[in-house]
Amino acid sequence: MTTLLNVKDLRAYYGQVQALHGLSFSLNEGSLTTLLGANGAGKTTTLRAICNMVRSTGGIEFDGKPLNNRSTESIVRFGIAHVPQGRGTFTNMTVEENLQLGAITRKDSAGIVADIERMYAHFPVLKQRHTQQAGTLSGGEQQMLAVARALMLRPRLMLLDEPSFGLAPLVVRDLFGILGKINREDKVSILVVEQNAQLALELADQAYVIETGRIVMSGKAKDIANNEEIRKSYLGY
Amino acid sequence: MELFTNQVLAGIATGAIYACMALAVVMIYQAIDHLNFAQGEMAMFSTFISWQLMQWGLSYWAAFLITLALSFVAGIAIERILFKPLAKAPVLTNVAGFIALFAIINSSAGLIWDFTIKQYPTPFGSAPFLGSQLISTHQAGMIGVTVLLLLGLYFFFQYTRIGLAMRAAASVPESARLVGINTSWMIALGWGMATAIGSIAGMLIAPVVFLEPNMMGGVLIYGFAAAVLGGLSSPFGAVVGGFLVGIFENLAGTYIPGVGNELKLPIALALIISVLVVKPAGLFGRHIVKRV
Repeated sequence: MTTLLNVKDLRAYYGQVQALHGLSFSLNEGSLTTLLGANGAGKTTTLRAICNMVRSTGGIEFDGKPLNNRSTESIVRFGIAHVPQGRGTFTNMTVEENLQLGAITRKDSAGIVADIERMYAHFPVLKQRHTQQAGTLSGGEQQMLAVARALMLRPRLMLLDEPSFGLAPLVVRDLFGILGKINREDKVSILVVEQNAQLALELADQAYVIETGRIVMSGKAKDIANNEEIRKSYLGY
Repeated sequence: MELFTNQVLAGIATGAIYACMALAVVMIYQAIDHLNFAQGEMAMFSTFISWQLMQWGLSYWAAFLITLALSFVAGIAIERILFKPLAKAPVLTNVAGFIALFAIINSSAGLIWDFTIKQYPTPFGSAPFLGSQLISTHQAGMIGVTVLLLLGLYFFFQYTRIGLAMRAAASVPESARLVGINTSWMIALGWGMATAIGSIAGMLIAPVVFLEPNMMGGVLIYGFAAAVLGGLSSPFGAVVGGFLVGIFENLAGTYIPGVGNELKLPIALALIISVLVVKPAGLFGRHIVKRV
């Protein structure tokens, strides 16, 4: 199995405050990996550092190529789609425009049209609402839209920041089912940050646990889920 | 009744110019969250360039198109050189930048072309339009050019990928970068387009107010009034606001005793203040609500 993303000794800073203290992990091609941890552990910062949205040092390699010191918009062109916390919806644009924006770096207009139809097949609710302003969608629908927008890039790696946040449990189940399907069928590698550890461990194959800006635990998601001690001390369930 | 119709039509004609200025102001406001106080001076300078080109023997429309292109490039250059470095600076620094730009352009125009008032030609002539005494051909031309411009812009922003990218960059910059849009260049492009739109306004109004370095002062205040009335967050509102302000200005000057020509400008300022007090978001603007 080849390593798609390799993060080494990552340190990130907000002004003078250091948020990550030498964090290292890797993600295999085709894997669905989860980063777990409490509030403020540095999960979001890790995703933001990968896309150069926060000042950081250390090595970030994607498919063998270094990502450091590249602008956020140029990192997207490597095939990395980032669904940020709060979903980043273009609320005053239509659902369809949001999907088109996801593919704004692509040149194959026929492929884009086909992919929009494919997204409507994945997420039928988006088809019903395709001319509606994205801001009028419910939270769950907006999360579906954010995932669909990210997929419009035809990404090799998708970064998801707390996709379950603020959603009803049934909607979360639905969403995670779709994520698993995308991972298996479309061969998109996924790195998902979650506070809902139980659910994320069910979905993922690999897991890392972060505490105060460091990796404190890593392994197969199954093993971590089955280890009561880890669950109790780090994941709180 | 004829006086009323006449005033309304004349108001729509000048309103078209205010709409262009308001649109230019709103485009830059959407991109960088600041009001461009130098928008009028930039338009004035563009108008002088077109005048100079005509003095050198070019036809009106050749000068018009070359000026459009030059203004577009100049707008991008101003953003790259002056305002990109100020992107993270405090509001007052930016305001100082705009005022400096205002003074530099105004004085340069005076230095190059002096402050005497010049005649500016109209390609439409000033005969009665379609034999009617209500409106002149130049006024009809002002409305016509503006309407064409607005349709073009609507098409550009609604149906082209670059227009979509510009809207995205203006509405949620962080998400725009995450889908791969170079937001910094979208801002520069916005400046270029706003400057070109302003130059159209300048060239259309110059035959009416005559060409001189201070020609756009009053026009820009009406443009601001239009932008505030329509809502600074809404390009559509800015356009509607422009036409409304143009009509309102003419009707107030005609029917409110004591206003006449001299008090028209304070009316625009009074309008700005009333809108800000009564409905700060403007007619079509959206209230910015933030979740805390």
